[in-house]
Amino acid sequence: MLYRLTTPLKNSDIVKLKIGDKILLSGIIYIARDSAHKRLVDSIRKGKRLPFDIEGSVIYYCGPSPAKPGMVIGSAGPTTSCRMDPFTPLLLERGLKGMIGKGPRSRRVIDSIVKNKSLYFAALGGAGALISQYIKASQIIAYKDLGPEAIRRLEVEEMPLVVINDTRGKDLYRIGWKKFKRKEK
Amino acid sequence: MSREINVKKVTEVVRDLCIRANTELPRDVIRAFKKAIDIEESQQGKEVLKQLIQNAHIASRNSMPLCQDTGLALVFLEIGQEVKFVGGSLEEAIVKGVSEGYTAGFLRKSMIKNPLTNPKNSEDNTPAIIHEQIVEGDRLKITVVPKGGGGENMSRLKMLKPADGVEGVKKFVVETVELASANPCPPVIVGVGVGGSFEKVAYLAKKALLRDIGQRNPDKKIAELERKWLKEINNLGIGPAGLGGRVTALDLSIEEYPRHMATLPVAVNMECHAHRHKSYVI
Repeated sequence: MLYRLTTPLKNSDIVKLKIGDKILLSGIIYIARDSAHKRLVDSIRKGKRLPFDIEGSVIYYCGPSPAKPGMVIGSAGPTTSCRMDPFTPLLLERGLKGMIGKGPRSRRVIDSIVKNKSLYFAALGGAGALISQYIKASQIIAYKDLGPEAIRRLEVEEMPLVVINDTRGKDLYRIGWKKFKRKEK
Repeated sequence: MSREINVKKVTEVVRDLCIRANTELPRDVIRAFKKAIDIEESQQGKEVLKQLIQNAHIASRNSMPLCQDTGLALVFLEIGQEVKFVGGSLEEAIVKGVSEGYTAGFLRKSMIKNPLTNPKNSEDNTPAIIHEQIVEGDRLKITVVPKGGGGENMSRLKMLKPADGVEGVKKFVVETVELASANPCPPVIVGVGVGGSFEKVAYLAKKALLRDIGQRNPDKKIAELERKWLKEINNLGIGPAGLGGRVTALDLSIEEYPRHMATLPVAVNMECHAHRHKSYVI
């Protein structure tokens, strides 16, 4: 099924989505990757305020290339999600509702996705030039010193995604591999 | 007779290759995508491959990177033994070329200075990682390979026992691709090194990735292994973007080197579908 969704994500939208559903996502999403995740989690542990409202938010695992003059952003495809796995459950407990990346998540993250009613989406890895066309605005809002790893607030319009993990605990990747695996040598 | 090459020229060439390698997908890769669309059984997989061709067109039209991860700058040099470099340090000239290319080309700077003691971005993607080989002649061939973190993270090396044999090597190769699954942006290109020493085998695996897609090892027996192992990898079912499908790898290349009688080193270097490599001969 194809759905058009707008951030912040609501539980009523989240629970009806299933793995394999195609999404066109619009609204505000936040870019955060390795070092930014470490800082976000450190802030939560120290009881500090986060640089954006995490309730209902969507994080995009990405480290864009610099924008050329006259462009909103450079190339901006997803990075490998599993590197963020150690930090993810805590963020989901604080209200994070969606994550965009590429590659499978750990069992612990999948369980946390179910428990906290959230979704994991994949964007097309290695298609950063194509994906940049769905990004209408981009602004660094925190951790500027991290360079390409700074937190950015993006405005996206109908960004194409696919649901990989849903609130039923299913995993589109593992189902896909099983379907196409061949035994013969 | 020696031939002089001014290192200023090297800087210019490296600068240009960094930008072109990151923005223009080589023809062999586009051809491989088209062939894969015909072979792929998954509709979703076909769609992914079409989007990758579209991505390459957008990147080339806007002279922007194919992928935001514009990688480590790997620079391979084939230096003719009759070449004499003038005008300064060759290494500094290469590093300068990388710095200029990554800055002028609006490429991402991904290098972290001191992983242990000062994990800060070097801000111009330097230093480069340089591999040089001395060859006959009076020319210099420079190849720039931007290598992303996704593929590197999924690469593996193991010192097998000689008793593990060809079967053991194959098992390790296929297992590496299976463990990597959707992470290194499949359909991947698999570089395999066998033999040599601990560091040589990693270099061989990387060197195997310099070949164009479809270019087999000149040794017929190795070429046959390349075909067989590729087929076995494509039976894994990982597919384009890891969403399930027939085409998990576009190609597999093996480079072999003599080994110590006590060792059987094997390395697998994973490369994403953005198989970026550009060369120039001075």
